[in-house]
Amino acid sequence: MRVEAKLLLGLGLFFGLMCAVYWNWSLENAGGVMMFAAMLLGFLPGGYYYFWSRRMRARPEDDPNATAAQGAGVVGTFPGTSIWPFTLGMGAFFTVLALVFGIWLLIPGLGLVGWAAIGGVSESRRGGRV
Amino acid sequence: MTDLLERPAAAEHPEPAEQHGPTGLLKWLTTTDHKVIGLSYTITSVMMLVIGGALAELIRAQLTSPNNTLVSFAQYNELFTMHGSVMIYLFAGPFAFGGLANIIVPIQIGAPDMAFPRLNALSYWLYLTGSITMLLGFFTAGGAANFGWVAYAPLSNSLNTPGAGADLWIGGLLLTGFSAIFTGVNLVATIFYLRAPGMTMFRMPIFTWNLLVTAILILLAFPVLTAGLIMLYADRHFGTHIFSVAGGGVPVLWQHIFWFWGHPEVYILALPFFGMATEIFATFSKKPVFGYKGMVFATITIAALSLGVWAHHMFTTGVVLLPFFSIMSLLIAVPTGIKIFNWIGTMWRGQLWFSTAMLMAIGFLVTFLIGGLTGIYLASPPLDFFTHDTYFVVAHFHSVVMALVLAGMGGLYYWGPKVTGYMLNERIGKAQFWFLFIGTQVFTLPMYALGLDGMPRRMAVYPHDPQWKALNDVASLGALLIGLSTVLFVVNLVVSWKKYPAGDNPWDAQTLEWFTTSPPPHHNFYRLPAIRSERPTWDYNHPEHRALGHGTREESH
Ligand code: HEM
Ligand SMILES: [Cu+2]
Repeated sequence: MRVEAKLLLGLGLFFGLMCAVYWNWSLENAGGVMMFAAMLLGFLPGGYYYFWSRRMRARPEDDPNATAAQGAGVVGTFPGTSIWPFTLGMGAFFTVLALVFGIWLLIPGLGLVGWAAIGGVSESRRGGRV
Repeated sequence: MTDLLERPAAAEHPEPAEQHGPTGLLKWLTTTDHKVIGLSYTITSVMMLVIGGALAELIRAQLTSPNNTLVSFAQYNELFTMHGSVMIYLFAGPFAFGGLANIIVPIQIGAPDMAFPRLNALSYWLYLTGSITMLLGFFTAGGAANFGWVAYAPLSNSLNTPGAGADLWIGGLLLTGFSAIFTGVNLVATIFYLRAPGMTMFRMPIFTWNLLVTAILILLAFPVLTAGLIMLYADRHFGTHIFSVAGGGVPVLWQHIFWFWGHPEVYILALPFFGMATEIFATFSKKPVFGYKGMVFATITIAALSLGVWAHHMFTTGVVLLPFFSIMSLLIAVPTGIKIFNWIGTMWRGQLWFSTAMLMAIGFLVTFLIGGLTGIYLASPPLDFFTHDTYFVVAHFHSVVMALVLAGMGGLYYWGPKVTGYMLNERIGKAQFWFLFIGTQVFTLPMYALGLDGMPRRMAVYPHDPQWKALNDVASLGALLIGLSTVLFVVNLVVSWKKYPAGDNPWDAQTLEWFTTSPPPHHNFYRLPAIRSERPTWDYNHPEHRALGHGTREESH
């Protein structure tokens, strides 16, 4: 986790310095704000990873001498197949088309989004289907 | 079915886990397998390349004579807007980080899938529907969007550009923008959390490193664009005045927001293709990547600097801090130079194998060098004042993007066998390379000359001048050659269809994706080798030539 944390913290630091130079020199706010936000995107997750990297043992993927057996075991839960991403995508599609062709398209749009939200969540709870 | 996935230990050969899933259309709609999603991305984005290319051929046909009436002025505006938009938003990015990255990154680091497979599937559906949304503009009464691919205010407001085409353009980009953000989240999480034992950060292949950095750039840049698009839509329909002087807004603010996304986007497009070229150079030189850590460092530096250069696209507005943006832009040349040096170093004294993929990568290197060098001119404000909005700029960025097309084609020839299990025909591939490479130079070089002579971009007609007509005709000939290269690619797909079985590692390549079968099984690996360097497959296949640490040269036998 060390390298990951340092990468993000380093980027945050660089953006912070760049932001300070730019904002003070140009006095232009839009770019200054956006650079400041970029700095936060480096520091927030970077700080979180740094915090944890000091408290946990090196994972097998961080250990240069790890054997494949060391990583054996459950990696994670992976869904097999699922219809809900497609449903959600279609909902988003209709929602965006509502911006152009008329507000009535929000009915199928948000309807599908809601259906997919419920379906997707309960699928994860049950442990999946299909 | 949810799989509680166990990672296989080294020596085991478990039975291939038969997948009892749906087939056909239902499989496509419900899959969460990163390989299937990545392949859908690849196919869709190559279709976008063909659509964008067809629009480009129409542009070039119109410009073959000064007062051509092939298309009207209004149609020409739609053509260049949609050509640029399709190529940038719908082809180049999705091809790289949605297509090849999606397929290859998890396999390169020994992961069973992307970290969030259902989110990955959602990314694809948002990309597909976003592309359809944008292209729907052609079927509306007012035609497709026509304000250029950058949609500058105040041209993009509801008075100057009324109509559904522009709104569909905005809506399409909202969808593809979220798609990109989700892919970014997925790539970062996958690379941080799903690496195989022993695959430390500094053993990841350069392609994976570049995609990690690309994904971080996506997370930094795309939300800004999405926010900007919402503001633009509000200005057009909800009566806000964020970008209009009339109500106290600031038109240049749009340019700041757009380019704060837009310049990082250039590297979001480029870095994955740099990664493809790096892998190809190493494999076909039979050497490790030269200067591995320098390469990683250069990638990170390019990405970091790319957030501080956006206003080099705005030099002529007169309201940006010229020295800051000029210095930052010129600085990017340093890490880019390191990369070019390291690519040459990787090939230096290697056993070169000039396969189609290798030729494409070399073509990339040459073409990108031309684009990169002319970019240095444009980073200098006095020179940019002279060339801004001329064909010099069009030529510059086409050298760059055509270099990416070359690298991307190389990537397809290189990894295609891994994904499908079958090779493409090398002779047709080489013919395709020469058409594409020569066509690119014949197409871009005259445009540099036209630009220096003052020909403005985005014009359907130009003054009668025999020299300008001649240069434009040469450029159009180049475009034709490029078009023919694409035809050859399609021919190759048909001719080679399931003809030449590939085997697991047809190129004697070095990285982990070549360890598994072609195509890889569900969840990618039956077994994993010990990972002791950045080229585990090579170490396994050539125990007598084990890795000697980063960048050391193998003694040949
Ligand atoms: C067959 C290959 C290609 C040809 C013949 C071609 C041709 C052209 C031409 C002639 C223009 C200028 C139109 C004008 O200013 O009036 C143009 C603009 C542009 N092209 Fe290409 N192009 C090709 C490939 C690409 C690729 C691969 C990309 C990106 C990945 C791309 C991105 C753009 C962009 C962003 C613009 C600017 C559009 C605007 O002014 O709003 N092109 N192209
Ligand atoms: Cu730029």
